[in-house]
Amino acid sequence: MSFINRTARAFLLAELVQGLACTLKYFFFKPAVTINYPFEKGPLSPRFRGEHALRRYANGEERCIACKLCEAVCPALAITIDGETRADGSRRARRYDIDMTKCIYCGFCQEACPVDAIVEGPNFEYATESRAELMYNKAKLLANGDRWESELAARIEADAPYR
Amino acid sequence: MASLFLELWQAYLWPLILIILKIVAIVVPLLVAVAYLTYAERKVIAAMQMRKGPNVVGPFGLLQPIADGFKLFLKETILPTASNKVVYLIAPMLTFFLALVAWAVIPFDEGIVLADINVGVLYLFAISSLGVYGIIMAGWASNSKYAFLGGLRSAAQMVSYEVSIGFVLISILLTVGSLNLSDVVMAQKKMWFILPHLPLFFIFLISGLAETNRSPFDLPEAEAELVAGYNVEYSAMPFALFFLGEYANMILMSAMTSILFLGGWLPPFNLAMLAWIPGPIWFALKIAFVLFIFLWVRATFPRYRYDQLMRLGWKVFLPFSLAWLVITAGVLQFTGLVPK
Repeated sequence: MSFINRTARAFLLAELVQGLACTLKYFFFKPAVTINYPFEKGPLSPRFRGEHALRRYANGEERCIACKLCEAVCPALAITIDGETRADGSRRARRYDIDMTKCIYCGFCQEACPVDAIVEGPNFEYATESRAELMYNKAKLLANGDRWESELAARIEADAPYR
Repeated sequence: MASLFLELWQAYLWPLILIILKIVAIVVPLLVAVAYLTYAERKVIAAMQMRKGPNVVGPFGLLQPIADGFKLFLKETILPTASNKVVYLIAPMLTFFLALVAWAVIPFDEGIVLADINVGVLYLFAISSLGVYGIIMAGWASNSKYAFLGGLRSAAQMVSYEVSIGFVLISILLTVGSLNLSDVVMAQKKMWFILPHLPLFFIFLISGLAETNRSPFDLPEAEAELVAGYNVEYSAMPFALFFLGEYANMILMSAMTSILFLGGWLPPFNLAMLAWIPGPIWFALKIAFVLFIFLWVRATFPRYRYDQLMRLGWKVFLPFSLAWLVITAGVLQFTGLVPK
């Protein structure tokens, strides 16, 4: 009996018709779930770790004090810092480089930072045409900070209750 | 002198120009149909996979096929150093040429056919068998292991499924009593052959998928193990010719299916209202329906394994179509329906 059953199902293409019915149902009744990427974007968590930025205080002074905690914690050895003491006696970074081709986006640098200077922002669209452009220096990181500051501040505030 | 020219004009030149115009009238809509078949394929499969498909180039992405064609036209034609250059370049041309040349005998309406020959079915069968040469030549001339394996598979596959297609054709011919494709359509005035020959319809459809190397029988270009099979070394226009040839073959297979089983240009019922719609439109609608099945199947099924493919061709379809041929002949003989 099971033999007849099986043979009949095979000859009537039962499984195949089931599969076709499934795709036909999707064809007519399921709307596309595609996000129209360059025009629409998916939601991002405030903890999303994207492109790096160096932030400033409200008075325009840069936050980074060249304590080198981020350089020490960086597992990919992507960060290089040289510190200096300025004429007013404050300690600042003379050089702050991130090799974006080495970075693994673990976020340890922003965890280590005592003054919230280095942060990973919400930007993930920074593809470049050459490798050299991915060697970020201090000027580039500060420019990123200036560009994204309002969003960076909002993200830190949104995440603050969970810290 | 003038009378000689007049005679030359009337006897040779004018008919020649007329034939060329007819060919253009068939080939140009065919190529447009091929371009928009690729668009339809992407849209249909996208809808079945809950995606949107091309929607950026032009309204609803309608200019996408033109952009794709333009891109392929501008790309560099790469000739592998180890390849046999002449055969390498002839192969895509042959595929494309054979896909177009078969359309000569397809009737679009009563009397609207380029070459109304009495061996139309045989001609189509021969041309579709020749189609395998383009792929074998491409596989061999590329001098690449993937292309070679793809070519071998394609040859074995097309030869295997041609056998059952042949028996399906013979069954149909027995019921019609003519090899002329217009006669095949006219014989379906009372009843489309899909009703008396329903199992054959499915066998023909599935063999057609195998014959055009379409999913789930797209082993010659199985990307999982053969990268892209026989066309792995091709780029730019030669690749585009393969692509156009494959899709033109799909349309040809759909046209054959409509002519043999779905009554060609005939309307579904013998009603005055339906007969008012011209035949070529019915024919195009039927082709579109069969093409939709091709795309639908591609969106649904995974690829067959090589041994499963061979088993299906030789151990299921061949005996079944052979038995059906004997039954058809017997029924026609005993009911006295044998066409004169």
